[in-house]
Amino acid sequence: MAMRVARELQDGFYVNLGIGIPTLVANFVPDGMEVMLQSENGLLGMGEFPTDETIDADMINAGKQTVTAVKGASIFSSAESFAMIRGGHVDLTVLGAFEVDVQGNIASWMIPNKLIKGMGGAMDLVAGADNIIVTMTHASKNGDSKLLDTCSLPLTGKGCIKKVLTDLAWLEIQDGAFVLKERAPGVSVEEIKEKTQGKLIVPDHVPEMQFN
Amino acid sequence: MAGFDKVVGSYEEAMAGIEDGMTIIAGGFGLCGIPENLIAEIKKRQTKELTIVSNNCGVDGFGLGVLLEDMQVKKMVSSYVGENALFEKQLLNGELEVELTPQGTLAEKMRAGGAGIPAFYTATGVGTPIAEGKEVREFNGREYLLEESIRGDFAIVKGWKADRYGNVIYRHTAQNFNPLAATAGKITVVEVEELVEVGELDPAHIHTPGIYVDRLIVGTFEKRIEKRTVTESA
Repeated sequence: MAMRVARELQDGFYVNLGIGIPTLVANFVPDGMEVMLQSENGLLGMGEFPTDETIDADMINAGKQTVTAVKGASIFSSAESFAMIRGGHVDLTVLGAFEVDVQGNIASWMIPNKLIKGMGGAMDLVAGADNIIVTMTHASKNGDSKLLDTCSLPLTGKGCIKKVLTDLAWLEIQDGAFVLKERAPGVSVEEIKEKTQGKLIVPDHVPEMQFN
Repeated sequence: MAGFDKVVGSYEEAMAGIEDGMTIIAGGFGLCGIPENLIAEIKKRQTKELTIVSNNCGVDGFGLGVLLEDMQVKKMVSSYVGENALFEKQLLNGELEVELTPQGTLAEKMRAGGAGIPAFYTATGVGTPIAEGKEVREFNGREYLLEESIRGDFAIVKGWKADRYGNVIYRHTAQNFNPLAATAGKITVVEVEELVEVGELDPAHIHTPGIYVDRLIVGTFEKRIEKRTVTESA
């Protein structure tokens, strides 16, 4: 999935990567391409993890992991960081979700009576970005679809999602439906249909994902 | 020394005047850039019924988490509180209130509070549970929420270096919410790692100008790492 997201990167992009699968995208930036990673705690130009020798408690990312800064990075306050995000200055945002629906709504932060950790920066990210990719599994472990007609969980953002990448497919949200754009290798259109609860439009030809 | 000299001699003096029921704005992100010793002083004083405005609430046994141990916190205003079992327990028991606030909105609430702006519109949270009860207004065809700014009775801030005048710089990503918190306290208390001579900091590089700072103290810091992630040395 991270490899597929990496194909959406462009030279000169400022990118915010959420925690989990999105973070892995950083490992697949094509050679010769310059991409600057934004971390919402106040770092533009996030680098690799440090070594045992260079680790520094004052140098973390939004996932609270110790990181380094690349050459040419900048560091700023949380208000400045979210000015970049809300102001639409970030070119691509990649984040996870529990559910997405055909209206482009996203639920990613709360499961009532079960999970109450908070939204962190996710609500600002989805409200501020124009170009968002949601990465998640297509269905839950019980087989329940996460691509829905209407999100059942409290929303993170309304009508803001246009692109969804799952373990099974690449889909775009258009006019109240998921449009199946690509299949993951070895995955049938039938399986995707079966595991998509919201309205799904399947074009005549659905190519398999390419990774390079 | 008087005049612009903000340095106080003890943590007791640094937090003098804190009372039950006050609102405290704290800098820090996770355990990074937190005012460890000012938090410890609040614990020592056993001040109760506090409203704490901070992105997170520390972890069990460290950072703001220590104020939960003796039920000193009435309400937390935070964006993410997931690292703390005691927090979750008190929340579920109804012993603790939480106002979950999007991270960017929280930062802007502090910034606006400190800048004398009572409220602002943001697209963040429109159509979500946090929009409940808030005014929605349309600008250029898009909906925005009216969010009110925050000021604290105290702001507690962790800096890196400062001079006696209270000019502060932060180190790396330990900056985070600290300069915002610093503007939004009726009384702003800053603790730093190092006190330097007035004139030593480049005026153009100062993050928090001394005008925002009421009290300054030099401390030593544990700087606990929350998630230690490393690559193999080459």
